[in-house]
Amino acid sequence: MKYRDISQAIGFLFLKACLAIVLFFLVLIIWDISSKGIGTINWAFLTQMPKNGMTEGGIFPAIVGTFFVSIITGVFSIPLGICCAIYLNEYSKNNWFTRLIRMSIRNLAGVPSIVYGLFGVVLFVQMLKMGTSILSAGCTLGIMTLPVIITASEEALKNVPRSYREGSLALGATKWQAIRTNVLPYSIPGMLTGTILGLARAAGETAPILFTGAAFFIPFLPKSLFSQFMALPYHLYIMSTQHHSIIKVRPIAYATALVLIVLVFSMNLIAVLLRYKLRKVKKG
Amino acid sequence: MNKIKDKLIFFFFLLSGLIVVMLLAGIFYLLGSTSIHAFKEISLKQFFFSDNWNPNAYGEPSYGIVSMIVSTFMVTIGSLVIAVPLGIGTAAYLSDIASEKVREIVKPVIEILAAIPSVVIGFLGIVLIGPIVAKIFHIQSGLNAVNGSILLAVMALPTIISLSEDALTAVPNTYTEASLALGATKWQTLVKVKIPAALSGILASCMLGMGRAVGETMTVLMATGCAPAMPHSFLDSVRTLTSSIAIELGEVAYFSTHYYALFAVGLVLFIITFIINLASDIILHNYQKVYN
Amino acid sequence: MKKAAGIMIAIFLFSCTAFAENNMVQIKGSDTLINLVQKMSEVYMEKYPGKNISVTGGGSGTGIAALINKKTDIANASRLIKAKEIQNAEKEGVTPKRVVIAIDGLSVIVNKDNSVLQLTVDQIGKIFRGEITNWSEVGGDDQAITLYGRQSNSGTFEFLREVVLKGDYSSNMRQMNGNSQIIEAVKTDIGGIGYVGVGYAKEAEDINIVKVARNSKSPFCSPLNVEDVKSGKYPLSRPLNQYVNGTPANEAKEFILFELSPAGQKIVEEQGFFAIPDEYIEHNESIIG
Repeated sequence: MKYRDISQAIGFLFLKACLAIVLFFLVLIIWDISSKGIGTINWAFLTQMPKNGMTEGGIFPAIVGTFFVSIITGVFSIPLGICCAIYLNEYSKNNWFTRLIRMSIRNLAGVPSIVYGLFGVVLFVQMLKMGTSILSAGCTLGIMTLPVIITASEEALKNVPRSYREGSLALGATKWQAIRTNVLPYSIPGMLTGTILGLARAAGETAPILFTGAAFFIPFLPKSLFSQFMALPYHLYIMSTQHHSIIKVRPIAYATALVLIVLVFSMNLIAVLLRYKLRKVKKG
Repeated sequence: MNKIKDKLIFFFFLLSGLIVVMLLAGIFYLLGSTSIHAFKEISLKQFFFSDNWNPNAYGEPSYGIVSMIVSTFMVTIGSLVIAVPLGIGTAAYLSDIASEKVREIVKPVIEILAAIPSVVIGFLGIVLIGPIVAKIFHIQSGLNAVNGSILLAVMALPTIISLSEDALTAVPNTYTEASLALGATKWQTLVKVKIPAALSGILASCMLGMGRAVGETMTVLMATGCAPAMPHSFLDSVRTLTSSIAIELGEVAYFSTHYYALFAVGLVLFIITFIINLASDIILHNYQKVYN
Repeated sequence: MKKAAGIMIAIFLFSCTAFAENNMVQIKGSDTLINLVQKMSEVYMEKYPGKNISVTGGGSGTGIAALINKKTDIANASRLIKAKEIQNAEKEGVTPKRVVIAIDGLSVIVNKDNSVLQLTVDQIGKIFRGEITNWSEVGGDDQAITLYGRQSNSGTFEFLREVVLKGDYSSNMRQMNGNSQIIEAVKTDIGGIGYVGVGYAKEAEDINIVKVARNSKSPFCSPLNVEDVKSGKYPLSRPLNQYVNGTPANEAKEFILFELSPAGQKIVEEQGFFAIPDEYIEHNESIIG
């Protein structure tokens, strides 16, 4: 074998090893959490309140809390995100203002999650006097999710062929009528995909809610939008670092981690299936 | 009538665009206006040049962020050392060697890696990776910079892989064909032609991965031990900018000097990530220009 | 789209009102106190169904900050409130008042294979300030000392610093999240030394509790000795406190009265701490009225 063939063989082996290591990480993570978490999970764990100083019982309030916060996140970010995407794709011209919006979106996507937390503390908790609550935390996560939703929605709008708009406009419809009847209906599935992905990310975030509403332990479910709440990711953080006997509650921490990744993965799966189906429809 | 209505609708959508711009400006403004109060009592010199962060000191409190910045860059660079070769290698495998079928399966699988919440990765740092690190280096506790770097690398990988692969795929086929026609092997083509051609795209992906690592909170908070002392080696516990905010904001009274100082830390963090993102943006922009 | 959002909001509002309004007492703070207060709240809630008490940790500093920010009704603290904190509280219109609910003998613990079984306050100070770094300097084997302590939001951290160190901790001290983590660490580290509430030290196995003397001329006392801790002969004995905003009222007052009742104090002793002596009973009465 020639030198260059050997070097190619070694090179390709290196690339294969890279992929193998990356996949190994993933398998390791999922295997460790599912094998150690599954034993603790049962119906009672999912539907009971924590007991005995959180050393026993379930994680029901954390599941409920994450659910409520995600709804607020969605209510805040979906309409705003979609409107912004419509502006960018349908109305904007190539000028400084459009470039400014795009730059803002890109930078919002890069802002560290803890900085969103600081922003939420000042704006929602203090200035708007919403206190540490589901509402404050939901809005903070909403801002964080915006870039994902805008980007995905714009992508969905872009995929609607030009001719759909032109056809409608030629028939004398106004621009808005054309968008409403001939563009939006076709882009909704795509927007939905992006939205679900965004919400899945928000549901797993901890740093933005640390100081805007998440609570260590509350012995009942949230009463209103202004209540503090327990959340799955925060609960995992508490159980693995802040609890007064972390060794004892390790099984609960593993099970919480498993519930959290199952939740996030299934949201991702729904989004991927939706995208897949969409692609098929378009091709067909 | 319809025209007025259309105009109104236009302004409605324009407004939503404006809100997005205002949000970014608002974050910057609120961080800035809150941090400014910190410097009524803390000298800029102390803040930026002292490595002693001890707001609850026995004597005079001290607010120096040098050790936090060093810690932040230690775990970031550590994570890049691991993630960049792995990421580029995997991207090259996917773009050049893998069959269509393998790619169809592997790409979504790597997306799954990106979907794992950071708090879960941090948890694994405590229960799985940390103890392994402790065993390998024969130390008491594995909660240190090495542990943080490994975990951050795992988190930066999906970004680096997917963007690098895009960059490699975007290299025009003519480049590859010309190189192969001249008798180069696939490997030589990859290393000497494709990677240099896609370099700016790859670089941009690494910058984005770096931005993520600098701003990541939960993972480093949970898995690096968070001792406030200046780290001397990768086996020392480190406390980054992000984890300092996360640890201390819950225990400060609103509107105290310590509270304002934490916002100043947040502002520094915001500016660092802003610069990194901007740099990656500029690199990416230039590279798109080259091909168009 | 709008319809879907409307339905979502409707479901949400409905599910919110579905849970009956209930008064809750929030208690937050010291990690040393958490097991004790948690236990008391559970007994209390069992005795009086319909009462709701949420007890969370985070450290004395966190508890007091929450009291100042009006995010908790009662702050648990294993140290006294600082002048600076009172200032901050007044700015926010909060007047912190202190109730003593138990006595703790802060315990210094070492690995069970460590031959050092007694230390003076001065030696402990030197060890945690980082001036003594080897066990041989205090009569032990030639073995480097590893320091395990708490984070700065801990009342125990502050207490030891005020009473023993009178200076800053060595920056090499490992800052752990809670009492039980310190015990776990000292168990496995032959050179380790740490400090925890006596309630935790008593329960733990495989560690030694060090006897402490005020100075080289005083006798060595153990935190396990009830009389020595209560009389203050044990140098590291300290009151465990709860702070409230103004004179406690309603639900919070009822719970505090329960904590101070014979039933409550019995739980204090069961948890390994010590019941409050007469001087503090008088102080408490002057606060609650």
